[in-house]
Amino acid sequence: MDRRAATKESRTATHAQAGGDAGQALVVERLRKTYPGTVAVDDVSFTVEEGEIFGILGPNGAGKTTTVECVIGLRTPDSGTICVMGFDPGVDRDQVHAIVGAQLQTSALQPRLRVAEILDLYRSFYRDPADPGELLDALGLREKRSAYYKSLSGGQKQRVSLALALVGRPKIAILDEMTTGLDPQARRDTWELIEGVRDRGVTVVLVTHYMDEAERLCDRVALVDEGRIVALDTPTALAEQAGGGKRVRFVPSHPFDDRLLTELPEVTGLKRSGHHVLVNGKDDLVNTVILTLAGAGVTANEVEVQSATLEDAFVKLTGRHLHEDEEGAPR
Amino acid sequence: MSTAEDVLVSRPPRAAFGKLLACDARLTWREPIGLVLGLAIPVVLLVVFGTISMAQHKAEPQLGGLTVIAVYIPILIAFSLGMLALFSLPRALVTYRELGILRRLSTTPLPPSWVLAAQVVINFVLAVWALIILVVGGAAAFGVAAPKNPAGFALAFLLAVAALFAMGLWIAAVARSATAANAMAGVLFFPLVFFAGLWYPQQFMPAALRDVGQLTPLGASVQALQNATQGHFPPAEPLLVMAAYAVVFAVLAWRSFRWE
Repeated sequence: MDRRAATKESRTATHAQAGGDAGQALVVERLRKTYPGTVAVDDVSFTVEEGEIFGILGPNGAGKTTTVECVIGLRTPDSGTICVMGFDPGVDRDQVHAIVGAQLQTSALQPRLRVAEILDLYRSFYRDPADPGELLDALGLREKRSAYYKSLSGGQKQRVSLALALVGRPKIAILDEMTTGLDPQARRDTWELIEGVRDRGVTVVLVTHYMDEAERLCDRVALVDEGRIVALDTPTALAEQAGGGKRVRFVPSHPFDDRLLTELPEVTGLKRSGHHVLVNGKDDLVNTVILTLAGAGVTANEVEVQSATLEDAFVKLTGRHLHEDEEGAPR
Repeated sequence: MSTAEDVLVSRPPRAAFGKLLACDARLTWREPIGLVLGLAIPVVLLVVFGTISMAQHKAEPQLGGLTVIAVYIPILIAFSLGMLALFSLPRALVTYRELGILRRLSTTPLPPSWVLAAQVVINFVLAVWALIILVVGGAAAFGVAAPKNPAGFALAFLLAVAALFAMGLWIAAVARSATAANAMAGVLFFPLVFFAGLWYPQQFMPAALRDVGQLTPLGASVQALQNATQGHFPPAEPLLVMAAYAVVFAVLAWRSFRWE
């Protein structure tokens, strides 16, 4: 289906199309955006299904924010098409703003407005807004409703920002670097909130440079580097693509012969260090190893399973780390 | 290219403008820079000049038979307009842009122009308050006669608002930070308020200086307001000067305004 037809002239057709295959919340095709001297986004295409959490993961400066800014109509692409629930943000900006709730980086709120006042203000922009009291409760902001925005902690500000992204009852929520600068507890709380958003039936586009965040939350992830999508799949599939690297580490209850495990097709390597045995392999490695040991009367204690991660996938695909330019990214 | 039905669905309800105004009004109260610059300082100056005027107890022949305070009320109105238009109005808009508040708002269905309109309305309301306080206060406390040509006075005031607010919007359009906006406002304000006659009323100025002054927006405002105070309809020249500033700066602001 050619979404490039989503131009001014064929609006009606686009509407009909959107009604036809209601499964697609967002379709981006061959998006390209340059700034003087740099190509920020280079030939990016992806489709976000309704109801999923779609991750855009990549290092700083990969073009993630530019991509979502084009989606929300804040920037005009050099070429390519964007279709947000049947609307082109370049043409139907107002409609896009009515159905997309955005939480953007480097955006802010009036420091001396109170939380309830800000929510009430943003609520008035929409035709069928959410109930502000319910939203404050859901986001744990009830007791902060009379506090000035500037007096809130980083995590509370993010929650207000999330409340504003949701107050218009959006069909799609675009959340850009929600958890940057938050402490670990606040990050985990925010993750739960994002899952709660999806459970309300909102499609979520999550922009992040934290691979653990993408791994934990996203149904599918686009790995982005230097303006291009280098891979797009479920987090598990991406990790396996990185070499299917799985490792299991344990302390055996009794001594056993290495060959018991090395002859298994799932096992690619075995190493001993002290009491510990470290087995590398693929596929259903963990179960096979444990069952085989049990069959030989050996119990595996202190089992630790390590799977290949999105980070591994990213390194394999780009030869670079996600956080090369950053120190101490929270885990 | 939206159909009427689309507009109905996606445009924000009218009530949004009221909410925006209410929030801006609260912020004006909570960060009362506009109130101090546009209302408090002119009122303090009214008391100072009024007291001087009372002490002298006589009309100045050099001022065309007017008391000092009668001459100064239009000057203080111009002073208040300059403060509100050049400092208060751009400050809010530039701060909104600098902090990313405009950016956040521009992802909602709210048209960005409403944000600008709300700031213009808030500062216009402050300007009208200043006008009322200065005219009524001058009459009540110091016995200054009310403007004898109210229609001419109102027209002069509105044109002065248009000229000065257009300059303020131009500052908001080109200043990249609140600090830069303040600096630009300061560079413009002090010469303008000099020609308005804050330090030397136009009647005391040498003819050449007065002629130059009447080509400045605040000089022309004061000239027109003083004419209307004394019962004449303001002459065309100051009205045209103000209209010209309004048009030129509105066009400049329109062409260079950036929401980010």
